Amino acid sequence: MRLVIDNERCEGHGRCYSIAKDLFEPDDIGNGVVIGDGVVPPDRLHDAELAVENCPELAIRLEP
Amino acid sequence: MGRHEPVVDWATDFDHTDDAYVADPFGIWDELRTTCPVAHTERYNGAWLPTRHEDIAAIAYDTDRFTSRSVIMSEFRAPLELAPQGIAPPISSDPPFHKGARRVLLPAFAPQSVDRLEASTRAYCEELVASLRADLDGGVDVVDAAVGYSQHIPVRVIATMLGLPESDGDRFRGFVNHVLEGVDKPMEERALGMGELFEYLQAQIHDHLDRPRDDLISYLLESEMDGQPLDVFHVARTVALLLIAGIDTTWSAIGASLWHLAGHPADRERLVAEPELLPTAIEEFLRAYAPVTMARLVREDMDFAGCPMKANDFVLLPFPAANRDPEAFDRADEVLIDREVNRHAAFGLGIHRCAGSHLARMELRVALEVWLEAFPSFELADPSAVRWSGGQVRGPRTLPVRVMR
Repeated sequence: MRLVIDNERCEGHGRCYSIAKDLFEPDDIGNGVVIGDGVVPPDRLHDAELAVENCPELAIRLEP
Repeated sequence: MGRHEPVVDWATDFDHTDDAYVADPFGIWDELRTTCPVAHTERYNGAWLPTRHEDIAAIAYDTDRFTSRSVIMSEFRAPLELAPQGIAPPISSDPPFHKGARRVLLPAFAPQSVDRLEASTRAYCEELVASLRADLDGGVDVVDAAVGYSQHIPVRVIATMLGLPESDGDRFRGFVNHVLEGVDKPMEERALGMGELFEYLQAQIHDHLDRPRDDLISYLLESEMDGQPLDVFHVARTVALLLIAGIDTTWSAIGASLWHLAGHPADRERLVAEPELLPTAIEEFLRAYAPVTMARLVREDMDFAGCPMKANDFVLLPFPAANRDPEAFDRADEVLIDREVNRHAAFGLGIHRCAGSHLARMELRVALEVWLEAFPSFELADPSAVRWSGGQVRGPRTLPVRVMR
């Protein structure tokens, strides 16, 4: 599974990089950025799903 | 508090400064959500109160039909000629001006910048706790967690960031009280108070122009938007925003969290035993006790969710009501400090997401960590003595707690 952030929707709430700082990081204005290619290691799937489920703007998705 | 008549019918005559709403808005929102999800009032020259998450989100996202020209509901509407900046950019600005005015501010409030303020915030919280501990050693067993703790923290943090004298803290709280809680005062009195605030800020800004330093006011004075330096009025209005919005919101969030813990010993004991749960618990406190209700103005006559809205009607955006909507949250009326899935809207939704949210979260976390470490055991000394602020920012202003040692 691979994480994708919709930059049009992200408003920089920062829930994703608070929940999983190895999967997301903030840019200079606090918007979320997926680290690397966004592929989620199997043992990190739970936090990746939590990041998706906690984004107030529905800006994150997990793609096969 | 208000000079208005007490509310009898919340669906057709609501008033967010009514004593019943100030004391406990939750029951009012729950009732309206099932009977009349968008309430109306003729007060404040016409206003609406949506209570469902879906409607509140839709309005927050719809910057075409709902303008941010006025975001504090009173009988006053900011004049059109203040656009595109509005009274306090960027919160009072609409697209497209909004984006640039916000872009200037965001780096100063990004997590990387906020991290640098954590050590001094912690040191200050420890100072406050030491002073309370001295009171306790002196023989009292009740301290005020709002007056003696939560109200001071954001004042110190934002004053340090902006480069304003911390000794002016009482003045800042006076300005905040005036702007946010004085919404039912006569117009002349409100104008006078705003005048005082801007006079104070002009003097501070001129001082920074003469002697630039490493703080947010100097940073703003040196910032550019669309290749032009920000004008002094823009800077003054943005500083006014940061001062007003940065203080009683965070003060309320810290106070409401301590109020919850004082009244829920099982949650308090669990957080003392499992400090790693605190970030999750904080999100739940933010959901359940979201301090901030924003407002918009209807741009033109139109129909929204079956309601005939008129140009210049106010629309309140009670994010705390959205956060309690059972359509959006499981067990919405319960405070579950280990709630893992929590898509709350405490900091708003869309382009006006609270610019200070990362700072607020840091202050809230540090304030609770320091308090719980110093005073792991405390309870409400007199639940009926707790006083909540009225208007669009809700939090305890008086919070007497008994500290067990």
